[in-house]
Amino acid sequence: MRIVFYPGAILALTLITPAASFAQDTHIEAVRAELAALRSEYDARIAELERRLAVAEQNAAQATAAARPAPSAPSYMTGDPTFNPAIGVVFQGFLNANEGEPGEEEGFAVGETELIMNANVDDKFAAYLTAALAFEDGESAIEIEEAWVETTALPAGLSARFGRMFSGFGYENARHMHTLDFTDRALPYQAFFDEGRYADNGVQVRWLAPTDLFLELGGELMQGEGDPSGVGAHTLFANVGGDVGTGHSWLAGLSRLEQDSGQEVTGAHLVWKWAPHGNWKQRNFIFQAEYLENRIFGTDEGWYAQAVYQPIPRWRVGARLDGLRLVDEDPKRQTVMVDWSNSEFSRLRLQFTNNQTGPADVAEWSLQYIHSIGAHGAHTF
Amino acid sequence: MKRLLPVLILLAPAVAIAELRVFACEPEWAALADEIGREHVQTYSATTALQDPHYIQARPSLIAKVRRADLVICSGAQLEIGWLPALLQKANNRDVMPGSDGYMEASSWVLRLDATANVDRARGDIHPQGNPHVQMNPHNVTAVARALAQRLASIDADNSETYRSNLELFLEKWQAAIAGWEARAASLRGKRMITHHKSWVYLQDWLGLEAVANLEPVAGLPPTATHLSRLTKEFAGGVVDVIVRAPYQDARASEWLSDRLGVDAIVLPLSVGGTAEAQDLITMFDDIIDRLLRATHHA
Repeated sequence: MRIVFYPGAILALTLITPAASFAQDTHIEAVRAELAALRSEYDARIAELERRLAVAEQNAAQATAAARPAPSAPSYMTGDPTFNPAIGVVFQGFLNANEGEPGEEEGFAVGETELIMNANVDDKFAAYLTAALAFEDGESAIEIEEAWVETTALPAGLSARFGRMFSGFGYENARHMHTLDFTDRALPYQAFFDEGRYADNGVQVRWLAPTDLFLELGGELMQGEGDPSGVGAHTLFANVGGDVGTGHSWLAGLSRLEQDSGQEVTGAHLVWKWAPHGNWKQRNFIFQAEYLENRIFGTDEGWYAQAVYQPIPRWRVGARLDGLRLVDEDPKRQTVMVDWSNSEFSRLRLQFTNNQTGPADVAEWSLQYIHSIGAHGAHTF
Repeated sequence: MKRLLPVLILLAPAVAIAELRVFACEPEWAALADEIGREHVQTYSATTALQDPHYIQARPSLIAKVRRADLVICSGAQLEIGWLPALLQKANNRDVMPGSDGYMEASSWVLRLDATANVDRARGDIHPQGNPHVQMNPHNVTAVARALAQRLASIDADNSETYRSNLELFLEKWQAAIAGWEARAASLRGKRMITHHKSWVYLQDWLGLEAVANLEPVAGLPPTATHLSRLTKEFAGGVVDVIVRAPYQDARASEWLSDRLGVDAIVLPLSVGGTAEAQDLITMFDDIIDRLLRATHHA
């Protein structure tokens, strides 16, 4: 209450004091100075009182804080209570040029524009949708990449996911294009799966061991390519991982996919990441390698190994070797890239590939942009 | 089941003295959980004070820790938005899902500063729920301590009296320490700070420090040469008292500006372990005030 009197006092002084000091200029000056001094003193005291009031209010709020109910929970996938569901859009596009053999995909290309929506459904389920908006053969097309529901409240380290999903097979398989470190998928994925990945409709179950070592076991029953009315495919996968000191962390896994159509794919992967003191923002390094064996009519093998280094914030450089061992040929590629990210939400990438998969070597250049707006997505390891 | 019974009875005492596993996103909350849980909790911090908590990989080791956690305590206000949701999704632990007793965001229990409805990212990586670095005002820590004690008591009812008395002991020590810090820091009132990132708004609010500029041109982006040279022009002539950065922020920008302006550039611990002196919550604030006093009064 006392606060109210001070502005009143200033107002009174402002009105009365000049009226009483009308005679001499010097006197006016003196009074002005006095007034200014008073004013600043009162301003300071008011500010101090306001600060004390704020502190008192804060203390009062804190005293009741412990009794307050838990704040309404944001979706575990977004942490952003502003929108439900969380919506994000990722824009991607390319400018491609080839030297040597002319390629099909030269010139400008707008890649998949990914529309991502997710939220908790209720206290036991969460749902996730990724739709790829593409422009193919002169027509707009929408492809449902993933549309699944996942349990969030199963006991004993279990979770189940059902719907359409990128399979948990391998490492790169479950990753969306905009999270890759190169403009395209590695050769074994391109060679062994439609659209460079295994996505299907079905159920996935994952179990996480209650150990300090990360140990995850999972499996999927999928529609597959065979009988559309039944279960035509299944997968099994196991992942282990951990840290070495504060700077290093790793993930390794084995996985297997069997389709009723006869395709059997076995995969092994290793990912190693490093940042000084684990402080990812300044400098970091990622090594990633996978080996895939694909049996369908004969046995094909495929592999890639890649390394990406961020020497300073915003800039990264990377190199990748990938290849296949087919019955009668060994196609290979060597790729280097450099990318620049203005922020977490924008990235420009220049990539060069020496492509030795055809009859003649082709030098491929690609300039890519990846920009995202909306919900701030969290990325898996 | 009958045959299992003796085994269960044998295991029972082990279960009774089992510790609560507390997964803290940042070291300050691990330190606070240690103060209130003491021998009844086993704390783990996902990050160290030398890591920028906004840029953390959702590592397998962290998923394994969340899998077994009884309580997850994080700053919240979107500080961990790039990794915590991925951990929670992969960890398959229903006891620590948001909305359950096993999940708490410290910033939900304090008055957050800088909350905004304008989330235009042209202004940088803005947190609409307000600035998440709430641990920098010890009065906020008081509020979080009260909420944390209540959470521990509700998860582990058997020891609820212990948590309450630990809280009382801690707050007694803490309030005395706050009075000491506020007395020592009185001369810091009105000192003008340039900071690397807006990590210190709660400290500034508490001690009456004045934030005049950031080294980042917009929140979250690294300092640029253009922005730094603008700062040298704007703040030439001794109008700034100190330049402050967190241990995980690149030293070059603040050292460069320090040379130009003739003002000390210092590192302050933003969390426990951020400097050699910041061993726990109390020595962290001791050290912050020591360093600020040294940097602003030696001239």
